[in-house]
Amino acid sequence: MPSNKYVSDSTIIQFVNCKILREHKLQRDDLWVREGKILDPEKLFFDEKRSADQRVDCKGLIIAPGFIDVQINGGYGIDFSQATNDVRGGVALVAKKILEHGVTSFLPTLVTSPPNIYHKVLPEVKVHSGGMEGAGVLGFHLEGPFISLEKKGAHPEQYLRSFLSDGISDLIETYGTLDNVAMVTLAPELANSHTVVRELTGRGITVSLGHSVANLSQAEEAVQCGASFITHLFNAMLPFHHRDPGIVGLLTSDQVPHGRTVFYGMIADGIHTNPAALRIAHRAHPSGLVLVTDAIGAMGLPPGRHTLGQQVIEIQGLHAYVAGTKTLCGSIATMDMCVRHFKQASGCSVEEALEAASLHPAQLLGISHAKGMLDYGGDADFVLLDDALNVRATYIAGQEVWRK
Amino acid sequence: MKLIILNDYDQVGEWAAKYIRNKILRFNPGPDRFFILGLPTGGTPLGCYKKLIEFYRNGEISFKYVKTFNMDEYVGIPRNHPESYHSFMWNNFFKHIDIKSENTHILDGNAANLVEECDSFEQKIQSAGGIDLFVGGIGPDGHIAFNEPGSSLLSRTRVKTLAQDTILANARFFDGDMSKVPTMALTVGVATVMDAREVMILITGAHKAFALYKAIEDGVNHMWTVSAFQQHPQTVFVCDEDATLELRVKTVKYFKGMMHVHNKLVEPLDPK
Repeated sequence: MPSNKYVSDSTIIQFVNCKILREHKLQRDDLWVREGKILDPEKLFFDEKRSADQRVDCKGLIIAPGFIDVQINGGYGIDFSQATNDVRGGVALVAKKILEHGVTSFLPTLVTSPPNIYHKVLPEVKVHSGGMEGAGVLGFHLEGPFISLEKKGAHPEQYLRSFLSDGISDLIETYGTLDNVAMVTLAPELANSHTVVRELTGRGITVSLGHSVANLSQAEEAVQCGASFITHLFNAMLPFHHRDPGIVGLLTSDQVPHGRTVFYGMIADGIHTNPAALRIAHRAHPSGLVLVTDAIGAMGLPPGRHTLGQQVIEIQGLHAYVAGTKTLCGSIATMDMCVRHFKQASGCSVEEALEAASLHPAQLLGISHAKGMLDYGGDADFVLLDDALNVRATYIAGQEVWRK
Repeated sequence: MKLIILNDYDQVGEWAAKYIRNKILRFNPGPDRFFILGLPTGGTPLGCYKKLIEFYRNGEISFKYVKTFNMDEYVGIPRNHPESYHSFMWNNFFKHIDIKSENTHILDGNAANLVEECDSFEQKIQSAGGIDLFVGGIGPDGHIAFNEPGSSLLSRTRVKTLAQDTILANARFFDGDMSKVPTMALTVGVATVMDAREVMILITGAHKAFALYKAIEDGVNHMWTVSAFQQHPQTVFVCDEDATLELRVKTVKYFKGMMHVHNKLVEPLDPK
């Protein structure tokens, strides 16, 4: 493929010899792009009577919408929950590197932290489009601190909080601002959570249930108030029980308001979820599955020992252990690895695997008119993959931002 | 008339495509010498379009200096409706070849003034120098384009109300809902097609057999408008075995006997 040169805005680029993911199927068709958007070639032909200015031969590769990672805590030595002197630089570094994994948009995720961390970090990064510099930031994912003590996982216990007053004041006091926040994970069994869920949803912020001991009724009530996501299904919640399925039961709940979908994040690295459990979830509710990496700062670092903040971590293959132990300290899989593993473990089609990383997160965030699909008028964020789903090139707004 | 009888649908598409290819190549079009082609839509010519696309991809032919005029279009459905003839031509032909948009002409069923649109279409054909080869199909009722039974054999491009039968038959493309089917269409007239220097009609399938019989073995009759081409000096009918089922054995034997001569028309041309 020719390297990207500077082109004028209204240059029409036609990607030929490719299989594009459209309407849930891989189709042999050309992809047309102009001014960073996907173009309707039929309209171009009949209305404007123009043809392509530039043709890119994709040599039979697959073109899928760019991947969207809604839960990523850092990578390449960067930890988003640390208030360094260069928060913006840290986010930018990860944003640039994850282009190699086919990720074109993401939610930098902060785990439970003291208020001063949120107050320092949140104002540093605004929602912005991606490009040559890196994947676009759709907003922060704040995972905590309004979570359950019993299911804190690796989150620091001393910074957990509950909703003391009307809820919103607690949010503002803790986070400092809700600007540039795209998602909040909370435990719905906490008192006053309903008001909070409604308020956040009303502001266009996705509410996710996680790190919780909620039973199914509590979870259903939260969904009825507006919650629409489950943070890393199975992990940090009560296990499925046949008389009270807990949060897991949302996958097949009949209390979900009509027309709404409950989505759920899956860390499909082959380690955090047993493939059989992955298959059960997928088969129960295939259209809600959202692949997430939940990657920690060690993701992208070479095998061996690394010091990250207060921890010493040892990387062996796809496992990241607390050094000297066999305790997992987080995921280091990349998004494209998750897509491949998900396809192999679930036996799903190529289209389904790709949609779990693109269409579904876009639908979850309510941005599927612009992202997650290769429909006319949508943003031209896409990824070129071979048949084994290895990323060969990444494009944002029609511009090649990474090539293998 | 030349009657070309082939075994099946695929052979008809291939023969027709080769004929068109050879016609264009012999014409040797250039920037001041366009080849003007009249085109149909529907299931019958699909195979022919696929073959023409194949010839383009092989480098055997270019449509750079070809102008096209389509026969018809529905009135009142959006141009990008999946069942519009604009969509048909884009998806099945134009998007796969190197034709320029300004060289294609399809009647606009959403024009503010439909009569003016039809008159202007006739004008455009004239300005282009007339049609070199008009390709068409035939309906089970013997119609050419939307010139349904009773259409004047001297008709020109105009607005036509569709027959109940046609609307019924088309309902399957509009979610089975008859109220969604267009009731009017713009169509070239019988005389418009007769004006072409050469006409090629494709007919496949047993359900078209009676219409073919009426068109070539019975008299010229406005109830079977394709019969008008008995009075055209250069017509080729390309059909499959099934479409000959209502013809006289004598007619079929006569034309099959000429196949070795007619097949010369589709042999690959020597490179000039």
